[in-house]
This record gives sequence, structure tokens and C-alpha cells, in this order.
Amino acid sequence: MTVALAFLLLGLLLLAPLGALAGRGARVVHGGGIAASAGFALLAGAGLVLGDGGVLLLPIGPPWAPLTLALDGLSAWFLLLLGLVGAACGLYAWVHEAAAPPRRLVPYPLFLAGMALTLLAADGFTLLLGFEMMSLASWVLLAAQQGEAERAAARLYLGFALFGAACLIPAVGLLAGLTGDLSFAGMRAAPPQGWAAAVVMALVLLGAGSKAGLVPLHGWLPIAHPVAPSHVSALMSGAMTKVALYVVARLALDLGGPAQPLGWGVPLLVLGAASALLGALRATQETDSKTLLACSTIENIGFVAMAFGLSAVLRAADLGPLAALAAGAGLLHALGHALFKTLLFLAAGEVQHGAGSRQLDRLGGLIHAMPAVALCALVGAAAAAALPPLAGFAGEWLLLQALLSAWRVGALGLQVLVAACTAVAALSAALGAAAMLRLWGLTFLGRPRTPRTLGAQDADPVSSVALLGLAGLVVVVGLLPGALLALGAPAVAQISGHGGVAEASIWLVGPSAAGSGYRPLALAIVLVLLLIGLVTLVRHVSPRPAARGPIWDGGFIAPPAHLPFGDPATQASAAGFAQPLRRMLGGPLLAAREAVRRPPPGGPEPARLESGFHDPVLPALLRPLLRLRDALAIAAERLRDLTIRQFLGLSFGTLVLLLALLAWLGAGAAR
Amino acid sequence: MTLLPAILTQLLHLALMLALAPVLVGVVRWLKARLMGRQGANPLQPWRDLRKLLRKQPLLAENASVVSLATPYAALGATAAAAALVPGFAHGMLLAPMADLILIAGLLALARFALALAAMDVGTAFGDLGAAREMSFAAFAEPAFVLAVLAFAILAGTTNLDAIGTLLQDGMVGLRVTLGLALLALLAVALAENGRLPVDNPATHLELTMVHEAMLLEASGRQLALWEMQGALRLILWLSLLAALFFPFGTAPAEAGPLAWLLGLLAWVIKLGALAVALAVFESLIAKMRVFRVPEFLGAALLLALLGAVFLFLSTGLA
Repeated sequence: MTVALAFLLLGLLLLAPLGALAGRGARVVHGGGIAASAGFALLAGAGLVLGDGGVLLLPIGPPWAPLTLALDGLSAWFLLLLGLVGAACGLYAWVHEAAAPPRRLVPYPLFLAGMALTLLAADGFTLLLGFEMMSLASWVLLAAQQGEAERAAARLYLGFALFGAACLIPAVGLLAGLTGDLSFAGMRAAPPQGWAAAVVMALVLLGAGSKAGLVPLHGWLPIAHPVAPSHVSALMSGAMTKVALYVVARLALDLGGPAQPLGWGVPLLVLGAASALLGALRATQETDSKTLLACSTIENIGFVAMAFGLSAVLRAADLGPLAALAAGAGLLHALGHALFKTLLFLAAGEVQHGAGSRQLDRLGGLIHAMPAVALCALVGAAAAAALPPLAGFAGEWLLLQALLSAWRVGALGLQVLVAACTAVAALSAALGAAAMLRLWGLTFLGRPRTPRTLGAQDADPVSSVALLGLAGLVVVVGLLPGALLALGAPAVAQISGHGGVAEASIWLVGPSAAGSGYRPLALAIVLVLLLIGLVTLVRHVSPRPAARGPIWDGGFIAPPAHLPFGDPATQASAAGFAQPLRRMLGGPLLAAREAVRRPPPGGPEPARLESGFHDPVLPALLRPLLRLRDALAIAAERLRDLTIRQFLGLSFGTLVLLLALLAWLGAGAAR
Repeated sequence: MTLLPAILTQLLHLALMLALAPVLVGVVRWLKARLMGRQGANPLQPWRDLRKLLRKQPLLAENASVVSLATPYAALGATAAAAALVPGFAHGMLLAPMADLILIAGLLALARFALALAAMDVGTAFGDLGAAREMSFAAFAEPAFVLAVLAFAILAGTTNLDAIGTLLQDGMVGLRVTLGLALLALLAVALAENGRLPVDNPATHLELTMVHEAMLLEASGRQLALWEMQGALRLILWLSLLAALFFPFGTAPAEAGPLAWLLGLLAWVIKLGALAVALAVFESLIAKMRVFRVPEFLGAALLLALLGAVFLFLSTGLA
């Protein structure tokens, strides 16, 4: 099985140069991408069912060791997710990228291959190789876009990617320890202790967290993700952030996790909670559909990170079953989020293609023109809003159950912290629901906000298949969380150190036999029975068909004839719909402002309402860097004015310093 | 045979919930009218209204989509499913193993989402305003609810409403400060979720002050009847939930037979009546608060629930 996966990887690598072919290149690349992704999903599913396949040594690699691949439970779970997302994105690209230039085609298979290589790696070097391949290929995809804002986004992305690499490489080095054994088996045998463990956690959080979009390193994500073509945005949000979470789970929890102190998982828990809250709140405010979705990604990544951090805390407190519950919540939410976020990004792409905009203020009423896209997007939005019985609710239910049980840890500080995190999780989930309602409602409901919207067309049959397939998968994951977690028990065991969630079957998932359980299939049956009964009853008592008339709108007069869609000012704008939450929560968290500027008494100009918000985190991060750059530039400028004597003195001093260093190191080695 | 009584009580419970919901709304309205010195309509008036609305021909806006048609069913279905989970006169009903508090919150969120979608369907200012405000209030109500659930999860070791109710009824927990704080928090959440004073005025005629009613301005005929029923069902659900958590006495076990059920029914009706009186008195005494004061109101509920949880942490830590 691992051999077949290695051949799929090789096939993707060979596909990249074919993208440069004129004319047919696009179909070849996307067809190959679909086939490889489907292969990944199938083999990952088989891997989950059949179990561990052993380590495969590749005939290439760095001078000290070959590259190694392996498909264990954790890899298989994330590879399944990557395969499903990749196949759907491939179908979308098959339709919409048929005439893409080579600069967008060549990196695409490399991006897929990089993600798959990261997931399949069985040693630290292969993991880093795959991770960097993924970063660079996705950067090339971004940089291939035209426009100044797009270039700036790509530069920002590259900066964060380099920063991530600079943190992950020493983290892997520390995990390898003094023996220098980079294989996962070797690292697992000697987990880091004491300060090394703390440094590993910090470096992994900075390195993989910056790629996943954890606060405070999330600033690039809402800028860079929307810039790419929609299928690449979907891959970045749906799959790449999950690969980064996989790296967190693998390096910090699986390899470094055993025998850690109680507070070790706390940073992950706290950063996860902060990401969930900030991401959800920004998602309620953004006016660009893809930026909104990127912010919602930050929220959901936050949920998964919370679950993983909680799992580490519970594991340290020797509460194995609860640690497994939290790990299962994280894994299930990662899978669910990958599916519904891909669905929503692809739907946003269809809307952009069909209605010509991704600004919520230029859309509206699209349910009439694009019914299939609207229906699929509704399933995705409802899942993202954590509504039962869909995928988002299952993950968040498990997370809340784990949070509600975590008081058993015993330490008072931790109990209060977890209680606060519980409140933040519930708040973020509700904010996420508001954001998804706003996204779907403003896009598909109401009256058209521009005439262009009327010319929208529904999705092409092939991409409809991708959307419908994803919607179906979202429902399936929502209905069968227990069966999926039973299948993913090896992955849960690797993260939590405890063999699987206590109650996980087709019908039931829950923390313990005595505790409360979630029965999504039974719930679905109850809901369907109630709906059937209700519809039959109402049909019987109220058989008259509905009549149609003009909008009532509280009795307002009909709009004049030159406004065919009614007065645009009587329908909420994107910023208007966000106003209650902006005033209630935006002030402290998003530096939101709202001010009415009145003309001086007697002045003829109108009063103006000014409002807006910005995320204060990214500027706060970049400002010191810019200042440092300026300071360095000024210092370098000063060097130019030195006299020849000072120059010679400088060179001589450097030489002496280097020689002294050499002598010191040599003495150390001789001893 | 415990399956048969479980099924019977479940069906009876759902039927009673559906039948009593409009009556409860009528009783609250009648009580409020009496407190204000008016004659008041018959408590059965909501049922008469529903019958009238069902007979009428619904009028839809020209640009109304399938959302306007389907969402009332989805919302009422989800609320009815949640209502079936909250114990009324009996414990151990058929769906009792599913009666998770978080799931009930999820089903109510589903109904709320459907309502907000219906409000946004034809694109009116009032509908959009109501939907935005409703979702914003929910963002504050949900954390307060979940923290109140935390207190019960610590006391009872589970979030299953039926199990919590049985445990509390057996007096295993006793009287605690935390329960009082959780009661205050849940009362605030219940007021907000049901659009009652001081968060929203259920009897207002001024569109600008509406939240819940503003979302229904475009509904008519059977759609409006379904929405009215959904609102009534939500009210009886919340009052039953409060009764099950804080006044757990008198509820009959499902296997105990029809006579015990009758006693349980009596206890349930008394509890609902007491809560209805409390609601009517409270609503008569208090004024509606500004929209942007609501976060403070619900934030206070959140803090009370958190305080309750901290009390529990401290007491379990000392014990």
C-alpha cells in the first residue's frame, strides 16, 4: 500500500512538467490530480481499515539516510481528508481552469504532492521536505496571480512561510536529540524533557501554527487565501491548514507528547480559543465572501487546536478516556471542516464566476439564478454554523463534552481556564453561525444588489457533481461520527496515548457509558418523522395554495419604476448586517469604530456615518519588523562613510574574532 | 416491558407539549392583561388564531423563494424534536437517552437559523435587522447557557437532561449556591431566547423595536401559523426545561403506570403555571431595554454561571 502511495507521489511529480504543455496541459494536470487524490482517499481509507503498513525506504534522500514513507493511523486520517478535498478541487479546476497558463498549472501537482509527502513522511527530514514543497508550490500559485494587491499577498505569505520553516527545522532537530536519529520511531523512543519539551512546543506552535493560522500568526491568512483561484483557496483552507495541524499533532502530541507536565498543552488550548474567537468575530464583519471564509477557517482551526491542546492537558492529568475524546473531537472537526470549507470556497468560486463578484454588497437573490449552488452552499453554511445533524455540530459537540468534563483535572487554575475556554468555544460557535447566516443570506437571499447578478448562471454539471458530492459527505460525516471515530481509533490513540473514544459506534458517540451520548442517526430519523408528520398534517388542514403579491415590508410604499429591485437602501448591506456585533464586541477586539460626522450648524452638506474595523494583530507584528529594517538600513548607511583606516580595522577585527572562535571550538573538540 | 411505557409516555408528552404550547402563551397574555387591569382574551385565543391562520390563503412576496416555504417546517420540526427531549410529566421516555442539553441548544439554534433565513428571504429592512439582532443576541446567550450546563455536568457527571433530572429529584445534590446562580443565568437566557421582556417585546406594534416579530412581517397564512406555533412551543420547552432542572419534584418514572403519570402531569402543569405567573409578573414590572444593553444583561448571566462553576470547583477542591 505504501508502495502504491509512493507511485502516486511520483506520478504527481511527473505531472508537473506536463503542465507546461501548450493546449492540453490543463486537462492532463487536473485529470491526473483528480486521479491521484482519489487514489490517496481510497488508499487512506484502506489504511484505516487494514492498519499499519510499515515503513518504506525510498531509493533517494539526503547523504545521511534515505527518505522514508509510512501510512499509520494519523497519516491515513489526514490523507483521507486531503484526497477528498483534492478530488473535489480537481473537478472544479477541470471546468474553470481548462485554459490556465502554465505558471498556474506546474505548481498545482507539486502542491498536492508536497501535502501528501508531509502526511506520509516517516522521518523528520521527509516531513520538512514535504512541508517546504507545499509552502513553495502554494507561494508560486499565489505569485502567479496578477495585480499589486495579489503580489503583496504573495510576499507576505512567503515571509510567513520562511518564518515557519525557520521554527520547524530546529524543532525537528530538538526532537531528534543528541542521537540525531530523525526517524519517527527513534524520536518517539526519546521524547523531549524539561526545557527542551517547552522549546519544542513553542517552535512547533510558531512554525506550524503560522501555517495553520493560529492567533497571533493568522494575519496573512485572510489576505493570502482569497487571492488564489477558488480551487487553490479551497485547497489552502481545506487541506493545507490541516496539514499544518497534522504537523502539530505529529511533532508535539505524538512524538513529543508522552510524559509531559500538566501545563504543557495549555498554550495550544489558549491559542486555539483566541483563534476561534477572533476568527469568528472577523468572519461576522468581513464583506468579501472569500475573506470571510478564510476568517472562518481561523475559527475552525482554533477549535481543532483547542481540542488537541485539551487532549494534551487531559493526557498529562492521566485522564486517558477524556484525552481520547478531545483528540477525537479535533480529528472529526478537522475532517468536517475540510469538507464544508472546501464546499463553501468552491461555491464562492461558482458565485464569482456566475455573478461576477465576491463582494457581498454586489450579490443577492442568487437562489433564483443558481439553485444548485445555493442548496449545496446552504448545507456547507449550516454545517459551518454547527447545526445538528451536520458535520460541524458533531465535532463541536464532542469538543464541548471534552471541555465540560475537563474539570476533573483538579487544579483550580486549570479548571477556571477550561471554564473560560468553554465559554469562548460556545461564543465562537454562535458567532460562526451568525457569520454563516450573513454569508449565505446576503449572497443567495433578498433582492439583487446589482443588475449583473441577474445574468448569473448555475454551475456547470461537472462542478455541480463536486459540490453535491461534498454536500453529501458533509451530511455523512455529520450522521456517522461514531463509526468514523471507531475507524480512526489508531489516530486518536497516537494523539492521546489512549486507545480510542469510549463510546463510538454507528449509532452513538459519547464520552463514557455513564455520560451523555450523541445519536445523530436517531436524531435524523426523529427529525424526518416529525417533518413528514408536520407536512402531512398541515397539507390536510390548510390545503389552499399560496398566492403571490408585492412585498409587504411593514407597509412601505412600492419603489418607483426606475428601481426595478426596489430601493437598495431598504435592504441590509454587508456592513449594516454586521453592525450589531460590531458595536457589541468589535470595539475591544477589532478596534471597531463608529462615528457620525455632522456638518456645522447651518452647513448644507449631509451628516456622514463612518464605521470600520481592522485586525490590530498583523500591524502590531509587522511594525517592529519594519522599524528594525529601517534601523539596520541606517546602520549600514553609516558604514559607507568610514575612512580607509576604519575599514581596515573593521576587517582585521572580524578576522581576529573568527580566529578566536575557531580556536575556542577546536579546543572544545580536542577536550 | 419498559419499552411500551417509554413509547407511550413519549407520544403523550409530545402531544401534550403541542397542545399546551398555545394555551401557555394564552395564559401568559391573559395574566398580563389582568395585572394591567384589562379584561384579557380567553387563554384559548392563540389556538383560535392558529385555526384562523391555517384556514386563510397564504400570501407570499413575489420574489419569495423556496426558503420562505420550507423554513417554517424545518424550524417547527427542530423545535418539536427538542421539545420531545425535555422531560415534562415523566422521566425515562423513549428519547430520554438522546436528551442532551447541548443537543437541545443545537436544535434551537437550527430553528433560529431557519427563522433568520426566512427573515432575509425577500430582502426587507426589518427582516434583515431582526435577523442580525437575533443572531447577535444568540451569540451572548449560548456561552451563558453552556456555562450553566457546566455546573450541572459537574454536579451530575453528565449533560443528559433526563439523567440530571432524575438525580436532582432523588435529592442527591441538595441545595447549593451554584444552583441558584445557574438558575439566574438560565432565566436570563430563557428570556432572551424567547424574545420576552426586557430583551424583546412580544406584544409590540412598533416595527423598529421588534426583533422576533420583525422577522415574521412577511409571513402569512399557514406559514405564520407555523411560526406562531414554533414560538409557543419554544416557550413551553424553556419553561419545562427550567422546571426539570430546578423544580425536579413530582415527575413520574415512565414505568410507574398511568396513575403516577397523572400525578406527574399535575405537578408539571402546576410548575408551568407557577412559571407563567412569574413570567407575567416580571414582564409587567420591567421595561424593555435598549438593544445595545442586551449584551450587558446576558454578559451578567454569563458571569453568574461562571461564578457558579468556580464555587463548585472550590467546594469540590475542599471536599
